[in-house]
Amino acid sequence: MTSGNSFLTRQELLGLAVVSLLILVVLPASVDIFRLNLIGKYLTYAFVAIGLVLCWGMGGILSLGQGVFFGLGGYCMAMFLKLEASTPEATKIQSTPGIPDFMDWNQLTELPWFWEPFHSFPFTLVAIVALPSLFAFVIGAAMFKRRVGGVYFAIITQAIAAILTILIIGQQGYTGGVNGITDLRTLLGWDIRTDSAKYVLYFVNAGLLIAVIVAAQAVRKSKLGRLLVALRDKEDRVRFSGYDVANFKIFAFCLAAAFSAIGGAMFTLQVGFMSPSFVGIVPSIEMVIYTAVGGRLSIFGAVYGTLLVNWAKTTFSETFPELWLFGLGALFIAVVLVFPNGLAGLYRSYLQPHVDRLLGVKKPADDDEPASDAVPEAAARAAE
Amino acid sequence: MFADYSWSELGSIFAMQGFAGLILFSVFVLMALGLAIIFGQMGVINMAHGEFMILGAYVTYLCSNFFSTYLPALFGIYFFVAMILAFFASGALGALVEWGLIRHLYKRPLDTLLATWGLSLILQQAYRSIFGAREVGVSLPSWLLGSWPLTDLIEIPINGLFVMSLTFLIAVGVYFLMFRSRLGMQTRAVVQNRVMAGAVGINTERVDRMTFAIGCGIAGVAGSAFTMIGSTGPTAGQLYIVDTFLIVVFGGAASLLGTIASAFTISQAQSTMEFFLSGSMAKVLTLLTVVGILMLRPEGLFSLKIRR
Amino acid sequence: MTEKTRSENAFSLRRRELLAGMASIPMMSMLGGPVRAQDYPTAEVNTTGLAVTDDTVTVGILHSVTGTMAISETGSVQAEKLAIKQINEMGGVLGRKIEFIQEDGASDWPTFAEKAKKLLVNDKVASVMGCWTSASRKAVLPVFEQYNGMLFYPTFYEGLEESPNVIYTGQEATQQIIAGLDWVAKEKGAKSFYLLGSDYIWPRTSNKIARKHIEEHLGAKVVGEEYYPLGHTQFNSVINKIKLKKPDVIYAIVVGGSNVAFYKQLKAAGIDMTKEKPVLLTISVTEDEILGIGGENIVGAYACMKYFQSLDNPNNEAFVAAFKEMWGDDIVIGDVTQAAYLGPWLWKLAVEKAGSFDIDKIKAALPGIEFDKAPEGYVKVHENHHLWSKTRVGRARDDGQYDLVYETADLVEPDPFPEGYQ
Repeated sequence: MTSGNSFLTRQELLGLAVVSLLILVVLPASVDIFRLNLIGKYLTYAFVAIGLVLCWGMGGILSLGQGVFFGLGGYCMAMFLKLEASTPEATKIQSTPGIPDFMDWNQLTELPWFWEPFHSFPFTLVAIVALPSLFAFVIGAAMFKRRVGGVYFAIITQAIAAILTILIIGQQGYTGGVNGITDLRTLLGWDIRTDSAKYVLYFVNAGLLIAVIVAAQAVRKSKLGRLLVALRDKEDRVRFSGYDVANFKIFAFCLAAAFSAIGGAMFTLQVGFMSPSFVGIVPSIEMVIYTAVGGRLSIFGAVYGTLLVNWAKTTFSETFPELWLFGLGALFIAVVLVFPNGLAGLYRSYLQPHVDRLLGVKKPADDDEPASDAVPEAAARAAE
Repeated sequence: MFADYSWSELGSIFAMQGFAGLILFSVFVLMALGLAIIFGQMGVINMAHGEFMILGAYVTYLCSNFFSTYLPALFGIYFFVAMILAFFASGALGALVEWGLIRHLYKRPLDTLLATWGLSLILQQAYRSIFGAREVGVSLPSWLLGSWPLTDLIEIPINGLFVMSLTFLIAVGVYFLMFRSRLGMQTRAVVQNRVMAGAVGINTERVDRMTFAIGCGIAGVAGSAFTMIGSTGPTAGQLYIVDTFLIVVFGGAASLLGTIASAFTISQAQSTMEFFLSGSMAKVLTLLTVVGILMLRPEGLFSLKIRR
Repeated sequence: MTEKTRSENAFSLRRRELLAGMASIPMMSMLGGPVRAQDYPTAEVNTTGLAVTDDTVTVGILHSVTGTMAISETGSVQAEKLAIKQINEMGGVLGRKIEFIQEDGASDWPTFAEKAKKLLVNDKVASVMGCWTSASRKAVLPVFEQYNGMLFYPTFYEGLEESPNVIYTGQEATQQIIAGLDWVAKEKGAKSFYLLGSDYIWPRTSNKIARKHIEEHLGAKVVGEEYYPLGHTQFNSVINKIKLKKPDVIYAIVVGGSNVAFYKQLKAAGIDMTKEKPVLLTISVTEDEILGIGGENIVGAYACMKYFQSLDNPNNEAFVAAFKEMWGDDIVIGDVTQAAYLGPWLWKLAVEKAGSFDIDKIKAALPGIEFDKAPEGYVKVHENHHLWSKTRVGRARDDGQYDLVYETADLVEPDPFPEGYQ
């Protein structure tokens, strides 16, 4: 971070400081552990939202299957925790002690081979990031090399989410089926269900999130980030300039997958189980809306968008459970029709001028942003 | 697995299995035609397609209640009335949605996806508030129930026959609409070159609205027909959305014929696999194959060669 | 003083209703007369800081009001509210009116866990009536065990679970399966079975038990076993397979929207369930589901449950009348709805037996609790926190109700970890 100013402008440093202050100090100080644990859960979705900023907002690749990567990361972690919870002593009433309970119910008598490596914590940590990235690489390589993009990519990723859900539910002896992998207790002997553990996990999660924000900012400021924006707006021109467009897209997609997977793993730790209901189409699309509400180009916006939508969801579904879907549906439409730039757009129109004055910035330092920001409209007009 | 059966039994089973495949094919075509028009011709990703179908199903439900209460003598033919009403109800809602939502988004296909997803949530909750969270039962006139025994083993489901003939009629209708009527010509002109079409005096906005409405209307008829074989509930529409999009994409989005061919391929593959494998695995394998082929041949089975 | 007058007023004002609802008054309070709150000082009956005041006690209701499961869970919510209303009309629990906080699980398992935690940690509810799917129960279970709450779970389910913090008011798998299979083997002479289900844990576990019982105890054979994804709507292929195998019994555990498609297509394919064979036996279709399927599509099928709306006994008459008065005449009541109705009553009886709202005291009091005014007749809580109850077989009529054709002579013992069936 010594080279902070080389890729972070003063405004971005301010943004990072505000986010860090909010999730590391303000929120933990102002809510009880129950609410804080909820916020921790929401923040795990923010990992997915940040990934989507990179691949959708900047790269123009809309994936409707981010739940797949979130789920894969979460399942890797859940498999490790489940094996730890399934000691022969804890499972001695089973016909085969020492294997997870749901396997015993499904007449499995030994641990399937692909579960074996998850006895090892280092392997699990690597797998959490590597497996989803590898999967994303395979999908991305197959599709982007053939120049599949836009709508087709969205539909195919959506189908992949559907397939994986059916598969997980159908193979319940190996995966826990629709119930998921439940009743996770300890991480390396440390009880993750206690309040103190929840505090610790919250801060680990928040720390990881800030690291991911910084990493995403770094990517965005790099040549790669600029290329992504360029190829979103005029892919052919980038290709004609001699760049291998597909590789950049694959990289962005893999990075987004890795971020989602980290979120998934932290979700498992904080919530205490993982189930196929995070892999399917509905959660995947809901995660897109977090990004859209935040402003699809803004990394900080993704965090605020995630918090805002989930806070609204919890509040409204407590007070008016029957009206909640109307609200969520209206939010989707509003964010597309009325506020295509989301919270970040509102911030830029109303707050940023004042902030700039305070910071003493003369003109918008962020040269690519205002231009790319207006993209939906501007590109539309240009195309007409 | 066939050792225990006589040849005639096997023959009947294959005949019936073929017929089951044809019913599935008709169902797929009905689901996909409306979407093929909206997505294939207009490039709009309508995630609320399933909800338009369910609207048709609810219209049918209301009709069946109305006829059994007020016009029991005519109950036998209510289904035809219901289908026509379903077409207009879904079509009208479609036109309204096009006017309020879609026309602002023609240049942003991915955004139509989000907006129509929002619309589908709103419609689901609306159905739930109006009709209740429970599934509703649509009672059918007695002539549509039961089967028509051909031999001892082979029995032809009458509603299956009905769905097949309906699919045929609608497919023919869509063909004439798109390739023989003025609106169809205008639609295709707008699809291929909006600016030029406008320049030669086509009211592109009107054409857009009509096309979208017709696509939704067909979804409504499909939903109406599905009350015979499936369930009608607020969230039933979501069950169809993945299959439907895959069929359209697999067929090559811009080609109506491709949609029909892909529906045929997928339905036969699925019903054959369902016979030899267990249900869930058959579904996974079908979807995997389709996705696999799409990765190798992203433009789908049949695609127009167009310059981008 | 104030609450005394209030409860007496409530008593006299509501006497007519009360007399009408007399059938559902449990024995204990009939003998003891109305319980007064001041006989049970709050400080003594609530030593763990639950939401109990001098005149109220708060419980939680946790079901899906939105999402795909709202279809199924609506009936349970209605039954629980009815039971709470009736208990309040009788003077409440230990002289305290029951108030409830309702939370929406939104058909989403983590939401269930989150709301369960809110109910226990923030609202300090004295007990929770809720959950429907196994997945939602599995999600909330660690929460109830960690914060020591009490959950009354209404659905028939796959068993393989026995938590001190849950009372399972529905049947576990063996209670629902074995007696029904015995009956169909004996009465219908069934020799071959085709097992079919939606693809998740309950149908799979149930069919596993059914297969063991069919093969090892009935000496019959299973000619096919198949699972389809939840929400699947095309059953023509499996119907053809059934026709090819010609089983005596189609044993169907299809759930949700798939149900509707399955029965409509079965009928359209010419399988007439009103005939002698094949017999269709299901454990997943209650009166609630028939509303969506349509009576004419399922007439003649047999269902194995513990409760049917048509049961002919005074408890059930009063229950059905009260239910219809509260929720409308055209409502139907299925097996799970009745089981959900038992939850608040069993909790009330346990609290009164324990003389305390403390969870640990209720836990100790619950085994052995008897409820002889249950609409299903008479139930008793087993040591393993499940209920002793009868198994019944009903045959579907075309108006969406079942005719009772068989019931076990005695209560069936719950056995969530059945020896020899795993």
